[in-house]
Amino acid sequence: MAVSNRLKNQHLLWRAGFGPMAENAAALDTLSQKDLWGLLLKTSSKSPEKINVAQGLVDGLFKGVQDVANMQKQELTNEQKKMIREQSRDDLKNLNLRWFDEMINSEAQLREKMSLFWHGHFACRVINSFFQQELLQTIRENALGNFKDMLVAVSKSPSMLSFLNNQQNRKQKPNENFAREVMELFTMGRGNYTENDVKEAARAFTGWGFNVQGEFVFRKNFHDTGSKTLLGKTGNFDGDAVLDILLEQKQTARYLTKKIYKYFVNENVDEPKADWLATRFYDSGYDIKKLLTDIFTNDWFYNEKNIGTQIKSPIQLLAGIRRLLPMELENEQSQLLMQRTLGQVLFYPPNVAGWPGGKTWIDSSSLMLRLRIPQILTANDVMDIRPKTDDDVQGGMMEAASKKLKAAVKGGTANTDWVLVAKIFEAVPREKLQQKITETVLQTKGRINEAVLEKYLNKESRENFTKSAVVNLMCTPEYQLC
Amino acid sequence: MVIKRKEFLQIGSLATASLMLPKFLKAFEKPMMVPQGNKVIVVIQLSGGNDGLNTVIPVTNDIYYKGRPKLGIQKKDALLVTDEVGLNPALTAFKGLYDDGSLGILNSVGYPNPDRSHFRSMDIWHSASASNEYVNTGWVGRYLDAQCKGCDKPTQAIEMDDVLSLALKGEESKALALKDPAKLYNTSNSKYFKDITGSHQAGEETVDYLYKTMSETISSAEYIYNQSKTHPTGQAYPNTGLGKDLKTIASLIFSDINTKVYYVSLGSFDTHVAQEGQQKRLFTELNDAVKAFTDDLKKNGRFDDVLMMTFSEFGRRVAQNASGGTDHGTANNMFLIGGGLKQKGVLNAMPDLSDLNEGDLKHKVDFKNVYATVLNKWLAADDKTILGKKFDYLNFI
Repeated sequence: MAVSNRLKNQHLLWRAGFGPMAENAAALDTLSQKDLWGLLLKTSSKSPEKINVAQGLVDGLFKGVQDVANMQKQELTNEQKKMIREQSRDDLKNLNLRWFDEMINSEAQLREKMSLFWHGHFACRVINSFFQQELLQTIRENALGNFKDMLVAVSKSPSMLSFLNNQQNRKQKPNENFAREVMELFTMGRGNYTENDVKEAARAFTGWGFNVQGEFVFRKNFHDTGSKTLLGKTGNFDGDAVLDILLEQKQTARYLTKKIYKYFVNENVDEPKADWLATRFYDSGYDIKKLLTDIFTNDWFYNEKNIGTQIKSPIQLLAGIRRLLPMELENEQSQLLMQRTLGQVLFYPPNVAGWPGGKTWIDSSSLMLRLRIPQILTANDVMDIRPKTDDDVQGGMMEAASKKLKAAVKGGTANTDWVLVAKIFEAVPREKLQQKITETVLQTKGRINEAVLEKYLNKESRENFTKSAVVNLMCTPEYQLC
Repeated sequence: MVIKRKEFLQIGSLATASLMLPKFLKAFEKPMMVPQGNKVIVVIQLSGGNDGLNTVIPVTNDIYYKGRPKLGIQKKDALLVTDEVGLNPALTAFKGLYDDGSLGILNSVGYPNPDRSHFRSMDIWHSASASNEYVNTGWVGRYLDAQCKGCDKPTQAIEMDDVLSLALKGEESKALALKDPAKLYNTSNSKYFKDITGSHQAGEETVDYLYKTMSETISSAEYIYNQSKTHPTGQAYPNTGLGKDLKTIASLIFSDINTKVYYVSLGSFDTHVAQEGQQKRLFTELNDAVKAFTDDLKKNGRFDDVLMMTFSEFGRRVAQNASGGTDHGTANNMFLIGGGLKQKGVLNAMPDLSDLNEGDLKHKVDFKNVYATVLNKWLAADDKTILGKKFDYLNFI
């Protein structure tokens, strides 16, 4: 089967963004991939507007929760601490929904998609909404820039310093957590350095911390000024020097490229291609935009084996539905419930290694829910699924109060703008309609049996036909892939 | 504007699940690989970090009472099992089980370099990994991988929940999560789902994987639903979350189902504030449900075949805090319950409160030793493969 031009364009939109949207889906038959890539770059060229949610106590007087509470233990009452925690938790929900909204509606699809990748790469789970909002902005600003700039900025963010305990990393009592994860997860990957390298790097990071205002500070008195030996180099290194040394390692480019290849191209890495990309990435001085251009403008990216073979993450799945089906949700918060039950809540990665992705998204319950979500959204169905209760009363992600939860469960419905959806197909003759809808909704090579599909179509009117075809196609295993 | 669900999706119940098993999956249909042995384990997760020291109370320890002037449970109030050890007053059924010789108390269970974050520590218990390792599969999931290659129904392990925990996710096999057999049956038993599954042609690997999962879910849901109706228990259970879960589990145990592992959770035990009332409420739910369940098993002659095990992601600090609660700690105790216990009572020394690590208990038993014991001695599985290395067995079974 030859890969059609439309399929290639949709492939690019699904991988470099969150899928085709109703407003432009009709134009994808004729546009060239080169032009579409140019468009994606252009629409992502502006620096993103900051999503500002941290407010009240958190944004004003206290720019922290746990750490401020620790620093000023004597001054904060339990009531105040609880208030800050609850405020922060609400802020994080808003941050989640507003960023998710950008993924769905922003024209900067490439930037937001790449930011989602980095959000998992620099996985960080702190309840402080101010810290999280700042880290997100750092990531979104640098998502398509230079990896070095981003690595330095992320490493110096209060989010990461507090999450990985570098505030406790002091000359007299080193804490290796930060150094270890910087090497294992952010740059080189496990198995490419020794335990001693980790110890030495941790010494170099001593003194890196942040103040009450949430700003990076270098606390000289806690810094170990002695000589360190790291990856064969010896010197009086500080944290910046360690990051430089890590970036000098070609392994860092290889590790990142492989991960990016898996995320954007195929879970099964084509080693020669990944090596070629890594060399160019390294030689460019870690220019992320160039790396992505190398991937998305290459013919092999559009090879059949790379199309429709990736399992969408819950965020991709939900955003993708909402891009093709413009809708107004009765209750925006129901999206948090879906994220939770499907296993991917923004700002709450499972651990510092981020979301593992691939087949780990799928089990009986998550798959059955995925297959029902398009119905739930478009047909006023009830979402009778409960997420796990929050066991963490202080740092938990959502309220434990079952009342609020119930409201969210009921509100999983939306008003869909089917007129706009119908417009995608307005030029398509009736006899080709089913095929065209299939080609627009699904990316897989194998297709749902046409006769079976037809059995479940509503043929009362063209609009009903379109509705039922789109929704039924979204309620399939094939739609889980892109 | 909004179309009704029924317009495009009719729920039907004509064909049976096995009839609908798509052709490409017939190859997977093999006899059940897990023997129809009757040994079953029920894992009860006490989520949120249960305060172990107010669960199994060192009633003669001055350090305990000094650290907990308000929260400490007095000897006269505790349910004494030895001169030095008392149970939380709400755990009357556990005292009864102790007296029967069907309760084991394992103290100071934990792991090296303990993590005090809920989600991370729970991750470590679920995945059975070291505290500096990130593993994306769980110990029960890997048990399924090892035991049930090519099984047609993933019913060897069931979690009583709408969402599946990491503990039950393997690389290839994953357990089923269900809150109620009828509900799962109703949502999966759609004619449309069955039709598209039935007509799927094998092709690309990932699509086939999804269809396989879908088809297994549909057939398992029907299987579990039917099994749950064959021998419904007549025992009265408390009308609580855990009570309902254990009632469902009892009905399944009395059927012919091949399930070996049941997994339930109760929480939240994260008692930073006003611990006494919260722990009492949860323990009452635990106690009453376990009482009904163990009575039920005994009545039906199955108590010897069922092992129950409780755990929590960590214990709490020795000293109380200023809010009538306790903060995150480290090592903790586990309860082991069953008619088939080889060792009963207090299985090892009570925690040494004079030898702490920054105010927290030091672990003496790695939880992976407990897992290895259960996997090898109870479930007859290859614990070394499942846990990645050999852990010594304990003697409670």
